[in-house]
Amino acid sequence: MDINLKILRYDPESDRKGHWENYIVDAEPEERILDLLHKIKWFEDGSLSFRRSCAHGVCGSDAMVINGENMLACQVLVKEVGNPIKIEPIRGLPVVKDLIVDMEPFFDSYKKVMPYLINEKEPGDRERLQSPEDRDKFEDTTKCILCAACTTSCPVFWTADTYVGPAAIVNAHRFVFDSRDEGTKQRLEILKDVNGAFRCRTAFNCTSACPRGIQVTKAIEDIKRETLLNS
Amino acid sequence: MKIVKHSFDGVIVGAGGAGLRAAIEAAPHMKLAVITKLYPTRSHTGAAQGGMSAALANVEEDNWNWHAFDTVKGSDYLADQPAVDILCKEAIDAVIELEHWGLPFSRLDNGKIAQRRFGGHTVKEGESPAFRACYAADRTGHMILQTLYQKCVSMGVTFFDEFQVLDIKIEDGICQGVIAYELATGDIHIFETRAVTFATGGFGKIFKVSSNAHSLTGDGPGILYQKGIPLEDMEFYQFHPTGIYRLGILLSEAARGEGGILRNKDGERFMERYAPSIKDLAPRDMVSRAIATEISEGNGAGPDSDYVYLDLTHLGAETIKKKLPDITDFVRTYVKIEPIEEPIPVQPTAHYAMGGIPTDVYSRVLSDEKGTVLPGVYAAGEAACVSVHGANRLGTNSLLDIVVFGKRAGQSMVDYVTQTKPNSISDSASDDLSKKIQNLIDKEHTDEFSVANIRKDLQESMEENAKIFRTKETLEKQTEILEELRDRYENVTIFDKSKVHNSELVEAIELDYLLDMSEATVASALARNESRGAHSRQDFPDRDDTNFMKHSFAFKKDNTANLKYKDVELGKYEPMERKY
Repeated sequence: MDINLKILRYDPESDRKGHWENYIVDAEPEERILDLLHKIKWFEDGSLSFRRSCAHGVCGSDAMVINGENMLACQVLVKEVGNPIKIEPIRGLPVVKDLIVDMEPFFDSYKKVMPYLINEKEPGDRERLQSPEDRDKFEDTTKCILCAACTTSCPVFWTADTYVGPAAIVNAHRFVFDSRDEGTKQRLEILKDVNGAFRCRTAFNCTSACPRGIQVTKAIEDIKRETLLNS
Repeated sequence: MKIVKHSFDGVIVGAGGAGLRAAIEAAPHMKLAVITKLYPTRSHTGAAQGGMSAALANVEEDNWNWHAFDTVKGSDYLADQPAVDILCKEAIDAVIELEHWGLPFSRLDNGKIAQRRFGGHTVKEGESPAFRACYAADRTGHMILQTLYQKCVSMGVTFFDEFQVLDIKIEDGICQGVIAYELATGDIHIFETRAVTFATGGFGKIFKVSSNAHSLTGDGPGILYQKGIPLEDMEFYQFHPTGIYRLGILLSEAARGEGGILRNKDGERFMERYAPSIKDLAPRDMVSRAIATEISEGNGAGPDSDYVYLDLTHLGAETIKKKLPDITDFVRTYVKIEPIEEPIPVQPTAHYAMGGIPTDVYSRVLSDEKGTVLPGVYAAGEAACVSVHGANRLGTNSLLDIVVFGKRAGQSMVDYVTQTKPNSISDSASDDLSKKIQNLIDKEHTDEFSVANIRKDLQESMEENAKIFRTKETLEKQTEILEELRDRYENVTIFDKSKVHNSELVEAIELDYLLDMSEATVASALARNESRGAHSRQDFPDRDDTNFMKHSFAFKKDNTANLKYKDVELGKYEPMERKY
């Protein structure tokens, strides 16, 4: 069937104002939105630019706004979004070209929360022990693929790009609740800052946007509670 | 075209598991850059699911020698046994090290790392399936990639994200540096460096149905192949038995490790006929052939009788939710069925290159079949061929390979850099490449010579003629098709003429490597008149140890390959008939 796609185009070299471009693509209801973008790029207009790699929702390259909501283009099928389909770049990060945004500010925020295991103790020559119950406490937040769908769906982030954003807090959560980690104090110090977890206004956009089903708002609430308990 | 020059002691190309592991080893000892065409966390290591094997013996008695036996037998005796010993012995420390860096492995009740069964891994040299694969639910690769990247962030490793390396400069046999194209600007970057590791991953995009990411186009092997470096064992390409029907998205062998069963259209557990002792947990080459045979004999399911079922319905909701959450989500997302209640339509999918850039056990690149080392150049992971996988890789051994030999590549870079002085690269080093790019930009676009059309014909013809079963006839046919495609590629054109994020230009260059990989694969397959592991010639159905107990080395010659051979390094395991 014919699908009508409206894509927000922007080219810093030739189209600095940006414009909506219409494409008609023949597609099956089971096809991914990414498949449609490829059909345009490969067989109609090679200048259409977007990121993608794994094409099945694990690498986190192709977050974009599809009919108003943040999604991974490779994880949504035509029949789930209807016709016509409107596609824009994710919001709150500078657009570089078409559906490609500058990811550097996003990764900078991620790096701010010390996203690595901190434990100065000599671990010995075997694994550290961790009970399945302790392991479960941070299971949800280990799933993050850093696609930025959550952070760029957050109304607070749109207005204050100094806010570390949901993704960075999710990655802090992954370590704060890991029984092997000893960096909680340092991380919570960072997150109680004016640009930290308390900026969250619990809009729940992040939780709806997460393509991995992470309970993002809950993770932020966990961090807020932990900060209060530790202060 | 703007040209930017950098100077480093060492450069790593690729930021998946192998590249990041090498970086962790090398970064403290030199000025190091990691260059990746993606962001590191987008690398395809993150798509690996089931586990990473090591004889930790957390669940039952185990021994790295048994792991080595299984790996050699799984390889159909083509793996080099001294290299396999290193892989399996160092596996144990490699897993422990990842745990110490924070990898969130799933745990047993006693708090130790959990282990599960996987295809071809057995206790006591074939007695019964072994609990050897250390895992983190069914997203082990994701956790490895994240953990290694986190470690790099903590160390302050320098990354060049979204830079595509397109050339290496070697003068008088000595590495001078690499040339890269910056996606965001279209600028050319000359990286002066004396040590380079290629960890660019595989090239599964030579086939139409593939579990591989779009980015897996054989860039590292392609760059070296074009410089006259051979590619080893290219005829051995692994097809994973359980890709989602038509899409090829991987459904981990862990599904069968946890008790999943393959069934044909009649509901028969057909693997009982092909591998009576370990059935569904036979190695991948055997299971993929069994599925292809069932389909060709009319036992496939569906309107076109072209798939079989992966049945998880008897495992129970709890096991599926706890141990296989991601793959069952893929099924819900892309097939819209509930795997707890219904069997899943699957077919074999192109998955893993056993072949690649030849290296020794120190990850040093070899420039010929005699074992001559190319100074300063290293390779690790799927891009490389050590060879630890021989003619067929066992599941979980790839995640092991990337950390064990990634680390060794890093160590070799350190050794080389501490023993040599910096050399200089000429400012004109990027001239050839700039010219090539300018030509692509200047040439008028035509549909006939579009990247996508040539690539589509390549993938469809490779799928048809060089997949699971091959014959002299299909391979000769494919050789002719590849010649035509190469002629078309000489005229390739692009529509996009811009500088900023011109991904069509990158795809045009990647297609060159895909053609190289296909040419080397088909030429190597045509010359190997036997069936061994994943290379299955219907016209030569038996393994021929008298004539083919050897690795192939394909040297680029015009549009095909010139083949030479090197004997397999044997060890304590005598080749025997491979039965399971």
